[in-house]
Amino acid sequence: MTEHVLSNTAPTVGDIDTVNAREMRSHRLSVAFRYALLAGVGLLMLYPLIWLIGASFKTNSEIFANPGFWPKNPTLDGYIKGWKTSTPYSFGTFFLNTLWIVVPKVIGTAISCTAVAYGFARFEFPFKKLLFASLIATLLLPNVVTRIPQYLLFRDLGWLDSFLPLWVPSAFAGDAFFVFMLVQFLRAIPRDMEEAARVDGATTWQALIFIVVPLLMPALISVCLFQFMWTMNDFLGPLIYISSVDKYPVSLALKLSIDTTEAFEWNRVLAMSVLTLTPALAVFFLAQKYFIDGISSGGIKG
Amino acid sequence: MARLQLRNLEKDYGSFRAVHGINLDVEDGEFMVLVGPSGCAKSTTLRMIAGLERITGGEIRIGGELVNDKTPGDRGISMVFQNYALYPHMKVRKNLSFSMRLKRRPATEIAEATQHVSGLLEIDPLLDRLPKQLSGGQAQRVAVGRALIKKPQVFLFDEPLSNLDAKLRASMRVRITDLHKRLKAEGQQATVIYVTHDQTEAMTMGDRICVMKDGHIMQVADPVTLYNRPANTFVAGFIGSPEMNFLDGELEGESSFRTADQAIELGGDFASRLPGNSHRAVTLGIRPQHLRLAAAETPATLKGKLNHIEFMGHEVYLYVDIGPKRLIAVVPSAAYDRSALRDDWVWLSPDPRGVHLFDRQTGENISLAV
Repeated sequence: MTEHVLSNTAPTVGDIDTVNAREMRSHRLSVAFRYALLAGVGLLMLYPLIWLIGASFKTNSEIFANPGFWPKNPTLDGYIKGWKTSTPYSFGTFFLNTLWIVVPKVIGTAISCTAVAYGFARFEFPFKKLLFASLIATLLLPNVVTRIPQYLLFRDLGWLDSFLPLWVPSAFAGDAFFVFMLVQFLRAIPRDMEEAARVDGATTWQALIFIVVPLLMPALISVCLFQFMWTMNDFLGPLIYISSVDKYPVSLALKLSIDTTEAFEWNRVLAMSVLTLTPALAVFFLAQKYFIDGISSGGIKG
Repeated sequence: MARLQLRNLEKDYGSFRAVHGINLDVEDGEFMVLVGPSGCAKSTTLRMIAGLERITGGEIRIGGELVNDKTPGDRGISMVFQNYALYPHMKVRKNLSFSMRLKRRPATEIAEATQHVSGLLEIDPLLDRLPKQLSGGQAQRVAVGRALIKKPQVFLFDEPLSNLDAKLRASMRVRITDLHKRLKAEGQQATVIYVTHDQTEAMTMGDRICVMKDGHIMQVADPVTLYNRPANTFVAGFIGSPEMNFLDGELEGESSFRTADQAIELGGDFASRLPGNSHRAVTLGIRPQHLRLAAAETPATLKGKLNHIEFMGHEVYLYVDIGPKRLIAVVPSAAYDRSALRDDWVWLSPDPRGVHLFDRQTGENISLAV
């Protein structure tokens, strides 16, 4: 019979150090490999964006001559001339127009979707199930299907070439996705706090404003953020309803600079594209923390 | 002033009737406990009183005034919830004063009231904390404070201690009863409705206890009456620990009770209390504390086999099999001498004053009649 003795002598301090050092080395190696891979793939994804930023500082001829992203003779020409545009209006006007579309739309969405979601999540009323089902059904409906009837409706109301067709549907909780999102979020919030508020003498509206909305804040910020980005990027809506150039948002203005000039000034288009991207990116990074925050607040724990 | 009356109160959920027309009067300043197993509709009843649950039928009166159609805020009640329901985004100070701020009371009045309440509950150091920075016991005290600051006519407590650990629960129990006494002494209206499933809480806190089962009230009485004179088998079994022993059998003659294979002379004044009940099918109920060990067999003892014992310190729990039925007897440690027992047979002698007889069909206590 063999005796199962691992070692006759106790391991020395030196042995332990060697083993530790070996493990540390292999650990470092795997970390380095992982990060190199992640950085490589990340760079690949970001490359078009990096190229875009680089190219916006190139001259028009260099864009086609130099495939790299680093401009040889960096120039602000694209930005300066692009900002002026070929129309009587500067790009500033278009930015203001965008803002004038986005801000009321986001506010309207936040208010109306919260109210509708609160109703669906917390109250019993006749045909509730049917109404909620039809709300969800509109989610599945392709947008294109409703374009023409909607256009006719807004034309008959005399709202063409104004921002109303862009604002009003959102102010009446027209975005079913947001309502659905908020309803789901509300369902996860216990009712006790609203009931406590009711006992404390709050009306349903006061309970909504003072208790529910603060609890709903993370979801509400996400809703605003999504609506902000989608509206910033929306091309079709303004294209259909807005015809005068002085009301164009940036998404239309970018297209404008493409088809009105005979020889495309690509560096101007790219420069304005970079500017157009900036607000959405900035807002996203500023609000990112609210996505993470959640509502792990004390009142909800048992 | 703050008398609470429930008249034929009913609640239906679809076709299911949760509360079957209950009637209850709670006097001004009384501490009334609603107790019962889960699903007995005690919380539903409380929520109907609060106005958080719509009632199907009947009347609720607070201080004589019909409040059926009033909103919770207008009923002159305040409520403490099981999981505290503090507003998580407000500091303790704002939590306490929320009801006053809604009513737009002047700032000085709010500050004074907050100070008073936080002093009473010893939560001054916590005023600037958020609910998530509080321990369970502290959060519970804040919740009580929030109820207190409204100076309501009726306080409603919905199992407020069930999320606390055993030790904290015991101290909160005393704190709440103390608070009730103090408010009464200060002349503040302090009618309390307290819902719990814990009979210890009910027995120790309540001036009166309302025992409920399946949406019916089984008995309303003070703790002593409930314990000594239970109206039916449900109350008898629910109140008291360990649970009351029940033996099915029938009455023989005037005061003899026959179960499986033996008969026992009940003695006492049963003959006069139960005339004309011979051969009636009954359930005999006796609390473990009312069974004693007898030295030898007599007509007034039950013979059983000692199956198991539990030593609890000052007393001993004896588990005794009588026919197919297992009885528990609680005897003082001093009265129990294991070495004196031959085999494992023991004789139990019931204290005649602790014997209850229940009608086997209805479960009513028929031995209550004088």
